[in-house]
Parts: sequence; C-alpha cells; structure tokens
Amino acid sequence: MKKILNVTINGTPYEIAIKPKTTLVEVLRNELNLTGTKRSCNAGGCSSCSVLVDGKVVNSCSVLALQVDGKEVTTIEGIADGAKLHPLQQAFLEHGAYQCGYCTPGMIIAGKALLDENPNPTKQEVKEAIAGNLCRCTGYVRIVDAILATAKKLQEEAK
Amino acid sequence: MRDFEYIAPKTVKETLDVLDEYQEDCKIIAGGQSLLNILKQGLMAPEYIIDIKNLEELNYIKFDEKDGLKIGATTTHRSVEFSDTIKEHYNVLSEMERHLATVQIRNWGTIGGNLCIADPTGDVAPPLLAMDATVIIANKDGEREVTVLDFGVDYYETVVGPNELLTEIRVPVIPSNTGIAYLKYRIVEGDAPIVGAAVAFTLNEKGACKKARIGMGGVAPIPIRAEKAEKMFEGEKITDTLIEEAAKVASEETTPIPDIVASAEYKKRVIGVYVKRAAKLALTRAEKAAN
Ligand SMILES: Cc1cc2nc3c(=O)[nH]c(=O)nc-3n(C[C@H](O)[C@H](O)[C@H](O)COP(=O)(O)OP(=O)(O)OC[C@H]3O[C@@H](n4cnc5c(N)ncnc54)[C@H](O)[C@@H]3O)c2cc1C
Ligand code: FES
Ligand code: FES
Repeated sequence: MKKILNVTINGTPYEIAIKPKTTLVEVLRNELNLTGTKRSCNAGGCSSCSVLVDGKVVNSCSVLALQVDGKEVTTIEGIADGAKLHPLQQAFLEHGAYQCGYCTPGMIIAGKALLDENPNPTKQEVKEAIAGNLCRCTGYVRIVDAILATAKKLQEEAK
Repeated sequence: MRDFEYIAPKTVKETLDVLDEYQEDCKIIAGGQSLLNILKQGLMAPEYIIDIKNLEELNYIKFDEKDGLKIGATTTHRSVEFSDTIKEHYNVLSEMERHLATVQIRNWGTIGGNLCIADPTGDVAPPLLAMDATVIIANKDGEREVTVLDFGVDYYETVVGPNELLTEIRVPVIPSNTGIAYLKYRIVEGDAPIVGAAVAFTLNEKGACKKARIGMGGVAPIPIRAEKAEKMFEGEKITDTLIEEAAKVASEETTPIPDIVASAEYKKRVIGVYVKRAAKLALTRAEKAAN
C-alpha cells in the first residue's frame, strides 16, 4: 500500500504517494526527475548519492524516503543561485576537479556540508569530510584544492 | 527489495506494543545504514517495518556524576561525536565516532543500530566493553539491563528478542586516574575495521594498575574482552615488557573468523599489535590523568 510523503526539496514542498520501500534517491531520480543526484553502489559505500537532509549530508540510497517526511532536502540542483553557480561548483570548474563527473554532485554536496559546519577547514578536515566520496577518475588532489579554495574565497568575501 | 507495511510509532510505548503484536513478522529500522543493505540483498523480507528513526524520546545524551552516561538508542553517531558532554567525560567515544564509517553514515546511523546489527567488527562495542557499559532492553512488560559483554550471542545475533527494543546505553562514571584508548586497523578511512582494540587502565596511588579492561572487535563471532590479559596487569606496574606479554595473551584469547579481507591467522597477529598500541596510549593517558 502506498503512503504519502510530504517533503520539501530545494525549497519546493511536495506531496508524493510512494511504496514504503522506496529510498530517497529513487524519489529524487524516478519520481521527480532530479537526476543530478547519482546512484552508483546503492549500498552506502560510495556517497555519489549524497544529499543534505536538514543541512546534514547523507547517502540518499541508504535513507528510506518516508524517514524524511516533514524534512528539507537539498540536492545538487538546489544550490546554485539562479544562473549563478554555487561557489563550490565554480571552484570545481576552475580547478578541473572532475573527469567523468559521476562523483561530482556528491563531492560538492559533501563539500557544502563541511563548509556550512566549518567555514575554515584544514586540509585534513577536508579529506575526512569527503573520505566516503569515491572518485575513480581524477584522484582527490584537485577536489580537495577546490574545496579549500572555496573556503578561502568565502572567508574573504565575508570580511 | 520486497514490499512491506510501514509503521512509524510516535512513542516508545507504542513501539513496544507494535513489536509485541507483530513479533517475528516485523523488523525495526533505525538509520537503516545496515538494514537497508540486508533488505536490498533479499537476505530478509519482513512483512512490517517499524521505523524508530524519528523517535525523539530515545534521542538524548545525559550525564551525571552518580549514574554516569546515558545515550538514547536513536542518537546518531554524529551527535555522539560532537557532544561536549562526551568529549569532556568519555572522549574515547568521540574519537571512535570520528572514524566510524563516513560522515554520511554517521549523520543517519544510530548508536543503538550499530550495537543491534552485531557486526563483530563494529567500532562501538570495544570501547564500551573497556568501560563496563550496559544496555537497557525493553519490552511491553518491562525492561532489563544487560552488560555489553553479555549482549552478543553469535555472529550478527544479540539477546534482543523479536518483541524487544534497545532503548539506552549506559556507561558508568570513569574512575579517576584512568586512561582509555581505542585503535583499529583498516585499509582506508571509511572502511569497516578489520580488528579493533580498546584498552582502559585505572592506576592506584602508587601508579600501579588497579583495573584493566581490554575490549576487542573483529576477532571472534562477537565483540569480546581479553580477560586473561586484563588479569596480568592488575596490581602490577605497567611496563613495556608487561604490555608486550599481555598483548600476546590477548591475541591467544581470540577466535577470528576468516573473511575476504583477512585470514584468521592474520587477524590474530594484528590484534596483538593493536592491543599493544592501545595499551601504550591508554597508559600515557592514565599517567597524565594521575598527574
Ligand atoms: C559502507 C559502510 C561502512 C561502514 N563502516 C562502519 C565502520 O567503520 N564501523 C562500524 O562500526 N560500522 C560501520 N558500518 C555500519 C553502520 O555504521 C552501522 O551498522 C549503522 O550505524 C547501524 O545503525 P542504523 O541506525 O543505521 O541501524 P539499522 O540499519 O537501522 O539497524 C541495524 C539492525 O539493528 C536493529 N535495530 C536498530 N535499532 C534497534 C533498537 N533500538 N532496538 C533493537 N533493534 C534495533 C535493526 O532491526 C537491524 O537489524 C558501515 C556501514 C556501511 C554501509
Ligand atoms: S549510491 Fe549511495 S552510497 Fe553509493
Ligand atoms: S570524476 Fe569520475 S568518478 Fe570522480
């Protein structure tokens, strides 16, 4: 029997009828066509499916959708300001911090969660924050650089 | 994944009633970080899923100087990691959580779920064993307190019955002059540990060992204590030689299960090294606490 899920995604409230076994990533990709969030391992092991739930980064493949009832979800589609990219998106572009791009939405979401909590992280803290996000293409150097550069830029802008 | 009926009780009492009604036909989901993988693989196909993730009643961290620490079962790993109370009085738990799985898993997974899945490599049990922790298990008719030592029954199996709920984890007040450390071996950050060792030493006025506890993960079907090795320390001055000898004995107390990552012999050797390292760190911390 289907259940009703009430959830706010990227600022828009939704009411969706789903089977209880549906995971959050399935709601995003299959019900709402928000395919920016990538599903790879579907088992909590790669974090390509990272999204924010009430500001905290989680693996959307490993969250039962009904558990986010009443909560706010932010996906990669929700972080840009209209046509203006989020500073992390811009920094990933400038640093060439991707190749195939499959890990990128998850990396950026994990990076955003870190900077929201800790605006001035050390390199080690950046590495720990994305430790669960696997990239099979670029290695991690440019990704870490992009996140650190964003932190620096945001700090300067705040001054 | 097979379809199931979904029930999200609003209170602990309601949860216990539902569990009592459905027994073996239902399964609890907390964070689902382990359970969803089991369901996706079809290893289990419960008719009812009882969701306790949003049971705020069990989401707490409390401390007082008499009863010690109480952590509600649905408290996330991340809340334990960042809790000032825990950093102040039980920092080893914060250190352990910081390196448990990944940020994503720690944000949604719960400390109660980690104990209940009873993966022998789990990070939560060894430090709890080193601190003589207990858990509260409730059913419709009441509750009981069980030591973490007696909590595991076998590989992925605990004393929690189908109509029962783990509600709380309790850690006694840490005696003065105590040092505790937990170290684990794994290939990369985010991987589950291969083996892990937690050591707690309490020193007496003369600086000798008053009490020793060694909790070990990944080296038997359930988390265990190295009780023979613990006894070697008690009443003695802790030296590098004694640590070396006790670590060997601790390693002999294990019965590891070989798996795709490591053979039983390998785990037996590595746990000796980790008991030794954790003991040295615990000793340094105990000496610092005593000064
Ligand atoms: C990729 C990956 C890496 C991981 N790495 C680590 C690691 O490094 N260290 C580590 O320790 N763990 C690790 N884990 C395991 C994971 O962190 C824990 O198992 C998880 O936190 C369990 O909590 P949960 O709330 O998600 O439990 P769930 O998955 O919801 O439940 C687990 C089990 O416990 C039962 N249960 C849950 N809560 C209760 C309760 N209150 N009372 C009775 N029964 C209950 C459920 O029915 C189920 O059988 C990893 C998992 C993954 C997927
Ligand atoms: S797809 Fe979710 S963690 Fe890999
Ligand atoms: S860019 Fe291909 S996986 Fe990271």
